[in-house]
Amino acid sequence: MFPKPIEKSSEALQRTYKAILPIALFIWLLPLLAVMLTSIRSAGDINAGNYWGWPTEFNLINNYTDIFLNSKIGLYILNSFKVTIPTVLLTLTISCLTGYALAIYRFRVNMFLFFVFIAGNFVPFQILMVPVRDLSLQLGLYDTTTGLVLFHSAFQTGFCTLFMRNFMKALPFELIESARIDGISEFKIFRYIVLPLVRPALAALAVLIFTFIWNDYFWATVLVQGDHALPVTAGLQSLNGQWISQWQLVSAGSIIAAFPPVILFFLLQRHFIAGLTLGATKG
Amino acid sequence: MKSLLLALLTSALLFSQTAWSGELVINFDGPDPAPKKAFEMVIAAFEKANPDVKVKWNLFDHEGYKTSIRNFLSANPPDVAAWYAGNRMAPFVNAGLFEDVSDVWESAGYNKSLAAAAPSLTIDGKKWGVPYTYYQWGVYYRKDIFEKMGIAVPTNWKQFLDACATLKKGGVTPITIGTKYLWTAAGVFDYLNLRVNGYDFHNDLTAGKVKYTDPKMQLVFDRWDELVKPGYFVKNHASLSWQDALAPMVQGKAAMYVMGNFAVAPLKEAGLTDDTLGFFQFPEITAGLAKAEEAPTDTFHIPAKAKNKEDARKFLSFIAQADIQTEWNKILGQLPVNNQSQVADDKFLKAGFNILNNAKGIAQFYDRDAPAAMAKAGMEGFQEYMIHPDRREKILKRLDKVQKRAYK
Amino acid sequence: MAVASYKNHKTFWHRNRIAITPWLFLLPGLFMFLIYVILPIFQSIWISFYEWDGLSPKNYVGFENYLELIDDENFYTSLKNNIIWLILYMLAVPVGLFIALFLNQTVTGIRIYKSLFFFPFVLSQIVVGLVFTWFYNPANGIFAIILGFFGVEAPSILGNEDYVTYGIIAAGLWPQIAYCMILFLTGLNNVSPDQVEAGRLDNAKGWKMLWYIILPQLRPATFIAIVVTVIGALRSFDLISIMTQGGPYGSSRVLAYYMYETALSEYGYRMGYGATIATILFLIMMVYITFFLWRMYQQEKEGA
Repeated sequence: MFPKPIEKSSEALQRTYKAILPIALFIWLLPLLAVMLTSIRSAGDINAGNYWGWPTEFNLINNYTDIFLNSKIGLYILNSFKVTIPTVLLTLTISCLTGYALAIYRFRVNMFLFFVFIAGNFVPFQILMVPVRDLSLQLGLYDTTTGLVLFHSAFQTGFCTLFMRNFMKALPFELIESARIDGISEFKIFRYIVLPLVRPALAALAVLIFTFIWNDYFWATVLVQGDHALPVTAGLQSLNGQWISQWQLVSAGSIIAAFPPVILFFLLQRHFIAGLTLGATKG
Repeated sequence: MKSLLLALLTSALLFSQTAWSGELVINFDGPDPAPKKAFEMVIAAFEKANPDVKVKWNLFDHEGYKTSIRNFLSANPPDVAAWYAGNRMAPFVNAGLFEDVSDVWESAGYNKSLAAAAPSLTIDGKKWGVPYTYYQWGVYYRKDIFEKMGIAVPTNWKQFLDACATLKKGGVTPITIGTKYLWTAAGVFDYLNLRVNGYDFHNDLTAGKVKYTDPKMQLVFDRWDELVKPGYFVKNHASLSWQDALAPMVQGKAAMYVMGNFAVAPLKEAGLTDDTLGFFQFPEITAGLAKAEEAPTDTFHIPAKAKNKEDARKFLSFIAQADIQTEWNKILGQLPVNNQSQVADDKFLKAGFNILNNAKGIAQFYDRDAPAAMAKAGMEGFQEYMIHPDRREKILKRLDKVQKRAYK
Repeated sequence: MAVASYKNHKTFWHRNRIAITPWLFLLPGLFMFLIYVILPIFQSIWISFYEWDGLSPKNYVGFENYLELIDDENFYTSLKNNIIWLILYMLAVPVGLFIALFLNQTVTGIRIYKSLFFFPFVLSQIVVGLVFTWFYNPANGIFAIILGFFGVEAPSILGNEDYVTYGIIAAGLWPQIAYCMILFLTGLNNVSPDQVEAGRLDNAKGWKMLWYIILPQLRPATFIAIVVTVIGALRSFDLISIMTQGGPYGSSRVLAYYMYETALSEYGYRMGYGATIATILFLIMMVYITFFLWRMYQQEKEGA
């Protein structure tokens, strides 16, 4: 293990380490703490310039109910779910299939297709922007959550295919071979032998994609413009324009917008990190 | 019995007929309480005057509307759409997406009563929309601070500079401004230009007929220098929005604001009153030059692909009427364009109405008169100049380059 | 007759089952990817040869948009900022490594510390942008207050052409460092204890140990960290859009933002010119994608 385990060091060093840890964390999360503190301040504190001192009163419930009652943030959150959940499901379905095809079968353009998926995943969004917006307009999907779902699913398929293909490639191939010899159909092999084995990968991807899509801002601004379909990221930006200098509301809104992926992260941390760090240990 | 049945049948037929042919779809972008309430009033009045027409209106978010109009005009056009006068409507007129409504102007003598806004709605000698409201620009100031320091309302440039000097010496920033979103700087530029070179020059410049390096432009920036170099504008204005810039004025740290009349409402909300807040016309610079004003005009148009153009024309004609514009603008807190209308009992509106009725011409605003690409580059240039006045030449040369491309 | 054809069909399917099945599996994914990713790339390149405002018909102009780009100061400002982003964003890699080393201990509660350190990555860039905008506020931001404590008057970071890009990058580094940190923590987990022991026997300590023994084993993690950081730097759109909209006077633009502004913002709707900027950005990215693919290809060859 590197660096040297701290418990093998002197007592003094151990104590210093344990003392530094919370201080470092405090500094690291200072921006976040400031937002949390501000989100429960009263408007009076903000107007009086008491941004960083102790709040004179705690308006936790007031501020949070205020933004739900007086802004459309509830609708924006709902829209975000309407975009994110179908995207996760659709992407996982599609990329299980593509990943399986590329991992298990040998055919001439296999490697080429695999690379196309990877390359597409790295492409700058801007090169897709005008045509995708046009396409959505022509399909009548502009300004709808469906339009966002379809685009996100297609784009995320690149990354997810890479992920699933690598994961499936590591499965014992003998399992599939022996099933084939037993005369089990290709689809049944996929459904009953492979799918149960890739569950951990699916969990990791689901958490990851959820976070990516939830936090998307660019496509939300390109493909949506009305409140009825605006996800919370873009919604928050437009609310920021309305809540001029009302930092307690901006802060509360930010925290609400960040909530779902944060909860998911803490609940499914293991999967999340497994998804992110794919490739960080081998290759 | 038979005749009764027949009557019922015909009336049912008639009813369904009118319901079908008489639906008027309007897209409108005023979701804030006052514009929304005012528009509801207008719709009700219109339906009362035209019982056979049923209005269906879609309310859009103000910012999003700028994007959506580009889509709905070709994909799913309403019968009437709200928009702005000046170069802002040019792309739609040039793309053949707006209907020529010169006949509406002819029909009820609007060429006379709406004359003030006529130039900004005319392209190729035809009228492309009908105006219903505008508002004045000018200098809003802290009356109490002026009185305390013994400053009289300035009417010419020298007095204005003296006022700034006195304020500065007294520890008050003369002028507040927030240029983060650029257009506020264009307001100052427009006024300096209108007062130094006049209305025609403004139009020539925004029409691309005069270069930015023209000697006459140097005069504008010479005057601007006299405000920027002594530090008469509030510090850090590039990181302030126009709303942020209200605060120094409310707190008494700044005394003047070159702004549109919409600033009055938030200033009053923040605690200023008719006694502490005043308004004056932007002072004279070139002596004897007829004064033109900025008054961005909001309008309604008929999309070329509209289904019910007949009722749409009725609607446009209706909203141009003097009495309708009177009521409408009372609720909006703005000025009616029709010169036969009455203006609400408000000192700012009255002052504005007076100034605009005597104006040599009405400018829309730099970013509505100039084409988009030019407007963006120009406003960035103005912002940069206000922070680095020494870069004047470089900026003007750059704008010449953009101009060459933007007006091809 | 019917039976025979059925039989034929079956044998055809049976014979080619292994060849056809992968295409059935690939069909939905390939179709979506083609429509939404691959074709748009070529469409954009095609549009870059036109002048188009999204309303009127497209007007073919040849290489005119590219000629304009060469002579466009905004383009060079954006390009310069892109390079600053790329270079400074790389700080996320060593800093992430440093924090990972700092946290790679087994004291009680360390797992909670690790996940809290990682936390900023989960936040939306919108939230990060809003928070930092406020921090930098010259009137009441924490930055101004801290400087004021030392008697220095805070500059308006987001309103000053010399600081603005650095200010935004600092905001972007916060979540990016967290990302790199987690990659390195995972990598450190898999460092072989034998080699560390062997190094210790050879009297390697501290920096020497890190450089000669640990870092070579962290190569995969470092590679991924660099990959995601480069992508993050080139995609730096959200923060700029939230924090400055490219201002003051366009001095914080990057290519990604300039493209959006040109093609879709209020003063934009020059789709052709926007597509030209996008094409250049794409070509820059392609250099990098090619490098990445080449490396993957080498690995696949070894693995196969």
